[in-house]
Amino acid sequence: MNKTVNPNELTSDDDNGPLFVAQKKVYPQSTSGTFRRIKWGLMAFCLGVYYFLPFVRWNRGLGAPSQAVLVDLPNSRFYFFFIELWPQEVYYFTGLLIVAAVALFLMNSVGGRIWCGYLCPQTVWTDLFYAVERFVEGDRRERMRKDKAGGALTLKRVSDIALKHAIWLMIAWWTGGAWVLYFNDAPTLVKQLLTFQAPMIAYIWIGILTATTYVLAGFMREQVCTYMCPWPRIQAALTDEWALNVTYRYDRGEKRTSVKKAAELRALGKHVGDCVDCYQCVAVCPTGIDIRNGPQLECIQCGLCIDACDNVMTRIGRPKRLIGYDNDINIQRRLDGKAPIYRIVRARTIAYSAIIAAVGGIMLYVLATRTLLDLNVLHDRNPVAVKLSDGSIRNAYTVRLLNKSGYDRVVAIDADGPANLTIHVVGADSVTPDRPVIVIPRDSTSELRLLVTAPADSNPEKSIPVRFHVTDIGLGEVATTTDNFVSP
Amino acid sequence: MTEHHGEFDSVSGRSTTGHEWDGIKELNTPLPRWWVITFYLTIVWAIGYWIVYPAWPLISSNTTGLFGYSTRADVAVELANLEKIRGDKMAALGAASLADIEKDPALLALARAKGKTVFGDNCAPCHGSGGAGAKGYPNLNDDDWLWGGTLDQIMQTIQFGARSGHAKTHEGQMLAFGKDGVLKGDEIVTVANYVRLLSGLSTRKGFDAAKGEKIFADNCAACHGDGGKGNPELGAPNLTDKIWLYGSDEATLIETISQGRAGVMPAWEGRLDPSTIKAMAVYVHSLGGGK
Repeated sequence: MNKTVNPNELTSDDDNGPLFVAQKKVYPQSTSGTFRRIKWGLMAFCLGVYYFLPFVRWNRGLGAPSQAVLVDLPNSRFYFFFIELWPQEVYYFTGLLIVAAVALFLMNSVGGRIWCGYLCPQTVWTDLFYAVERFVEGDRRERMRKDKAGGALTLKRVSDIALKHAIWLMIAWWTGGAWVLYFNDAPTLVKQLLTFQAPMIAYIWIGILTATTYVLAGFMREQVCTYMCPWPRIQAALTDEWALNVTYRYDRGEKRTSVKKAAELRALGKHVGDCVDCYQCVAVCPTGIDIRNGPQLECIQCGLCIDACDNVMTRIGRPKRLIGYDNDINIQRRLDGKAPIYRIVRARTIAYSAIIAAVGGIMLYVLATRTLLDLNVLHDRNPVAVKLSDGSIRNAYTVRLLNKSGYDRVVAIDADGPANLTIHVVGADSVTPDRPVIVIPRDSTSELRLLVTAPADSNPEKSIPVRFHVTDIGLGEVATTTDNFVSP
Repeated sequence: MTEHHGEFDSVSGRSTTGHEWDGIKELNTPLPRWWVITFYLTIVWAIGYWIVYPAWPLISSNTTGLFGYSTRADVAVELANLEKIRGDKMAALGAASLADIEKDPALLALARAKGKTVFGDNCAPCHGSGGAGAKGYPNLNDDDWLWGGTLDQIMQTIQFGARSGHAKTHEGQMLAFGKDGVLKGDEIVTVANYVRLLSGLSTRKGFDAAKGEKIFADNCAACHGDGGKGNPELGAPNLTDKIWLYGSDEATLIETISQGRAGVMPAWEGRLDPSTIKAMAVYVHSLGGGK
């Protein structure tokens, strides 16, 4: 009989093994220190912005939405404080995405996965869910013990689990609830939601986001970072030898010994590592890895192991930051007896900063010089030109006037070209015969049919350029576009 | 793991089916259980579908399903809803006068949108999708109107047509002067050249203008007027302008005078409802040629 291999015993290191290792449940221990405080602060800030931003008001005048940040899908408008964007201005979001991407690169080249460790929604919500879990079920040891007891479902255990999931679901529900508030007037929608009068689509979206938050932060957790997210792979390609990462300083830590033995050896004047193998760094890790094994794909660089190690080092009277933001170059330098050097400013970070500044600058410039009055002209295609009974030639255009401002405008339309052109707007009452005057209501567009006629004796060439101007009579603002006047 | 014949392959760690060809054994690769379950569920689903929805063809009809569902009925309901939504707006169009529609930007936009669609469905085959016309089919973008170019006149033409057989239709036609023997060949050539002269076009060598003028006055002026300026009451075109429905070259003019012309425009009253005809009149007027 052939030798048998049990596939369940294969690990991901084997070529023939499964690509996915069954999830090992992680029980992160609570810790305290600098990075924990930074994480609490950023969590409060990020969630605060997310949950409460829809309630911030911004006065745009009567009839316009008073919500500071609003995606108004039915009316195709996006409001962000003093900015109001129309669908055709979606390129601002492209700019924003470029800036966001390069900012991510910059963070990476300065301090590694800052985004992953502190700001990513997956991290923030998972951290919050862990906090709830800890609050209800106790810290690492207690949770492990309770889980191991497994079958022993006492009343207390069942009520604990129920309470945990209830709090999780409430957070998840609030997360979905906050999301839909960005798409409608928040106070109104909250009232509708509470009285069950909100549109079905709002409940559906709340349901979807409740489900994703609950599943991603409550169950999948570090699996999302390790298996689903492309960023760990990309960041590996972006990092360089100068980037600071959460690093175990093995130059200081090795060889690991016990506290007692280390003291004895130090008394004899021998070199001993500072690491006492207490496994606190592993215990607090939300992805369940050992940072002492060097940089790893799973490490989100949240800095909690730094706090855990610092607390131990303080207790045993050794210098802090056995684990800290550092890189391999400095470890080597210390081994060689040289002082560490840090290069935040280098070609890479300068280049990223320059790109951010350039794209941001362009966006600001475009935003600052953005016109609130515009026109689009579309030449009639069938027929392109019409001969009138007196032999003059007429072209027709569909003109769309855009008024992006918050007030009605009275505008005049002109056309100039080489020939002596006359214009007429169908249905418009003209104050002056050759200069049709139109009212465009605020924050809207008006479509007109514009007729341009060249006299019979003008003999225009086959196709001549014509410039169309729309002039705000009150403010003097002008928008211009060019099209062609065609002869048959 | 299911154990088939208790034999494992050492490389893959999987059992074999027990089949062997020249020493090569086939690995047992069962379909994943979720796949099999899904497969059976789709069969169950299909049976449910047969019962609930129309499914099986019979000799002259088909099974109708439990609830008598049909996509056709769905469409009918949706079309009825659409009409309900449009009802108010179209009623506003029906209530307003033609001139008021053109002055109100909202009504004008509505009439143009409605008119354009209906024009595309009903008028475009002859007049072209943009109303550019063709030989024998007037261009509706220009300012030359056989039956008049005001809003009311355009609407009347759409309602009753031209030579359509409708009781109120526009009558009057170009007679076949040659075919009916009213004019002889050389007289037709002469008057054709005279008509060209009226528009300032070149004439044939040796053409006798005085003779042409006399023939014109005797035969044509009754409808086209003394100066050839036309008469919209009779649908007689203006012969002095730059627009020609059939063409201004001598051969075409001779053909027109000899054979006559009587283009037909159907009456749309009864086929289209009054507010739609109104919308279309506004649309045609707004094409640019309306007076």
